[in-house]
Amino acid sequence: MEIVLLFLLAFMIIGSIIAIETKNLLSSVISVGVVGFNLSIIFLMLGAPDIAITQVVVEILILVVLIRATITTDNTSIEGPRDTFPFVSSLIFFGLFLMFAFFAVQEIPKFGEPIMKVSKEYLRTGPEKTGAANVVTAILLDFRAYDTLGEATVLFTSIIGAFVILRRKGRKGKAEVDEEKFGILEDEDIKQNFEGF
Amino acid sequence: MDRLEQEIRDTSKGMTPIVKTITRFAIGIIVIFGAYIILYGHLTPGGGFAGGVILASSYVLLTLAFGKDMALSKMGNTAASILDNSGALAFVVIGLLGFTGGYFFYNFLPKGEQFQLFSAGFIPLLNIAIGVKVTASLFAIFMALSIFGRFIYQAAEGEERESEE
Amino acid sequence: MILYFLSMVLLVMGLYCLVAKKNIVKKIIGIVIIEYSVNLFLVLVGYRSGGIAPILVKGMQAEELVQKGVDPLPQALVLTSIVIGLGTMALMVALCLRMYEKFKTFDMSKINTLKG
Repeated sequence: MEIVLLFLLAFMIIGSIIAIETKNLLSSVISVGVVGFNLSIIFLMLGAPDIAITQVVVEILILVVLIRATITTDNTSIEGPRDTFPFVSSLIFFGLFLMFAFFAVQEIPKFGEPIMKVSKEYLRTGPEKTGAANVVTAILLDFRAYDTLGEATVLFTSIIGAFVILRRKGRKGKAEVDEEKFGILEDEDIKQNFEGF
Repeated sequence: MDRLEQEIRDTSKGMTPIVKTITRFAIGIIVIFGAYIILYGHLTPGGGFAGGVILASSYVLLTLAFGKDMALSKMGNTAASILDNSGALAFVVIGLLGFTGGYFFYNFLPKGEQFQLFSAGFIPLLNIAIGVKVTASLFAIFMALSIFGRFIYQAAEGEERESEE
Repeated sequence: MILYFLSMVLLVMGLYCLVAKKNIVKKIIGIVIIEYSVNLFLVLVGYRSGGIAPILVKGMQAEELVQKGVDPLPQALVLTSIVIGLGTMALMVALCLRMYEKFKTFDMSKINTLKG
């Protein structure tokens, strides 16, 4: 069991190395798809069929949206030398981070032996109290419904934000003038556009 | 030859007739599977999120195979935004109805018999609300991304075209 | 233990992609990889060896679920996190396409209108 998980995780890491380092954007996006489908297999092996289903379908949508973003634009690689300072400093920082993470993961409960103080109560009383046989749904929609409400709010906000970004022009005429300029406005632009105030 | 046959033979928009024919058979099965995942979310793996994404991906398949006009004729921009808002509103209203029994998100409906479809109080209702919301919002964001902005402000563009004429 | 550490390695790789790459689409890919690693870590912590999925089937007592079931709480939280990740990724792709329309490039070092 643990050996198979190790194998799948190593496969995920190889997939993400390819996704990060390859030049072509389209093959990079497809490598991310490989990582995501692998993740859903791991979820299925860890006894989480709910998340596995969700991960598969979400991964399909992520692939479609990302391919849509890259396929019509140019997907040539970005030329030019790699900046030395961000590269070296990030490598040093991530080395330190991994070192501390190695000590930190010694402290948390071992793999396969969770603490489950609250969850045992949920498992014991959940099906009886809520009437739902699926304990994950019982937690999601009854014990911790506030979380789901917050999730719905975040989804709603992000969709509205994407609409606002993608729209062609504002409803008022003034925005049409404003659309041509971007960045910080010059003084004369401010005078021109906001004369009425 | 009915209208769907003409759509399939029409090679000017969408993909090839092979893809369109397969889509025609597959789309019903996908929609039924999504509805099953949503409705049985409290008994089997699944729930509102997974089922909603499956339903949205059926619309994505329709858009990719037949072109955007076909998908927009099934669910327009107004319908998508109304469904999105009503899903979120239904979630909050069901939560507020819990005040009839005591507190916010109180499970006020009778529990019923376990392992039945109509059981577990308001959990199936919340699943349906989330499923509708996720379907509508993901479909709308996909259409907005694929048409790039013209989807929401079709009306504004129509006015502009009239003024140009 | 080594599984936790490998998911940390995945997190660091996503962070590296986010910090050191110039391409905007590569940055989005980095954020997606970070999401994957965090979700994986949370579900790994809740696993119990030889455990079954936390779903009651007919003829099973709730006590059996307490003895053998895996932790359902991280699963419920990760489920919401996955869908939120899809929403925020759509927002990022929208921003990215808009920037491509304005500047005709994905290269961050060439987009310098907001500099200073």
